[in-house]
Amino acid sequence: MDGMESAGSTRQIVTARDSGLVACTRCSLVWPADKQRCARCGSALSSRDMASMARVWAWLAIGVICYIPANLFPMLITSTLFSKSQSTIVGGAIDLIHHGAVGVAIIIIVASVLIPIGKFVAVAYLALSLNHHVKMSAHGRHKLYEYVEFIGRWSMIDVFVVAILSSLVQLSSVAAINPGPAAITFALSVIFTMLAAQSFDPRLIWDAEEDSHT
Amino acid sequence: MEKRGTCGVQDADASEVYREGELIACPQCDALYRVVPLAHGERAQCVRCGTVLISTRNRAFVRVIALAITVVILMIAATIFPFLSVSVAGLTNSSSVLDAALAFAGGPMFGLSLAVAALIVAIPILRAALVIYVLTPMAFGRAPWPGAIPAFRFSEALRPWSMAEIFVIGVAVALVKVADLARIGFGPAFWFFAALVVVIVLKDGYMNRWTVWKALDQQDRS
Ligand SMILES: [Zn+2]
Ligand SMILES: [Zn+2]
Repeated sequence: MDGMESAGSTRQIVTARDSGLVACTRCSLVWPADKQRCARCGSALSSRDMASMARVWAWLAIGVICYIPANLFPMLITSTLFSKSQSTIVGGAIDLIHHGAVGVAIIIIVASVLIPIGKFVAVAYLALSLNHHVKMSAHGRHKLYEYVEFIGRWSMIDVFVVAILSSLVQLSSVAAINPGPAAITFALSVIFTMLAAQSFDPRLIWDAEEDSHT
Repeated sequence: MEKRGTCGVQDADASEVYREGELIACPQCDALYRVVPLAHGERAQCVRCGTVLISTRNRAFVRVIALAITVVILMIAATIFPFLSVSVAGLTNSSSVLDAALAFAGGPMFGLSLAVAALIVAIPILRAALVIYVLTPMAFGRAPWPGAIPAFRFSEALRPWSMAEIFVIGVAVALVKVADLARIGFGPAFWFFAALVVVIVLKDGYMNRWTVWKALDQQDRS
């Protein structure tokens, strides 16, 4: 058997659930539907994790809540000989533009504003699309889910920037940079939205598509 | 790319008799497949959603182990040596990777310090150590060491939380921010860390998860 049989997209896809089986999402082996735990890798098995949607919404909600103070409070507190200034996430990016570092300002805006907000919207959209009719195909939504999973971690950039600056720029009274309270709420927001995306069971996207065909 | 997704796995019929170890399902969309032998260099993708199910690009555990050992060594070196330094008006301060991780250590931000230290130092090094532990006996044809299965599962679960590569971009942004405030010097750890990111990416790229699970499975049963 060489396995090169051309199985075109015209053929109906058979899922593990259709066949009375349950698949391990960690190591991809399948088991009889009533099995509780994968005997190969030990992961808990569940054909469709229905409780996952409650977890998705819960993590997403705290993620959004943490994101609000993250934008209102200062991220960095800079003190030099003559002045002391505070900057928020967006304020810091605007400062960078004033200094001519437009490229870096764009990185910060993308990583700290566009990605987190895009992620909130995308996860909520994916969750709602399971029960409501949406225009985007299952393929499109699956791609969206992959992007969310891949890109969400990169929001941590600004937290690391604050960490580096705070440890590096400690020159007694001449110049010192310290972290502001937004650093912690922003980091929490990123972590919670990562957990929201990880809780989502992408198999549910495809189930909804199948149901609408039959 | 006509054959995309069709090599290595075949669509399984619903009537297929269930045989342990022969059927796998796509973790992303639950499409069911039967595993068939793959030639070296082939990979099997899910026909429906495109997720890579099996990749045989490299079966050599030895290469992954070598890269994982490199990760451990580089990470230790990167935390010991000075990372960056700044100087303003005759005053100089240098900071290591650990200093950066522990920048929040004072007061209410202590938890954030621990989290940053975990994301950029502890989790990457732990993942490398787990991989060495899981693969080393199998590379020499021995039975896996006790706990290899939960160790590999844990290493896989930690994958999204290993953020060394994101830290490097953070460093680049930070350097631009201080560029007109102070003079910056690069310590050896800066270059170790840059190399580290490349090695981590290679290690994860060469790691064939399905092969590892299969090897753990077989060793366990025999
Ligand atoms: Zn499993
Ligand atoms: Zn799939």
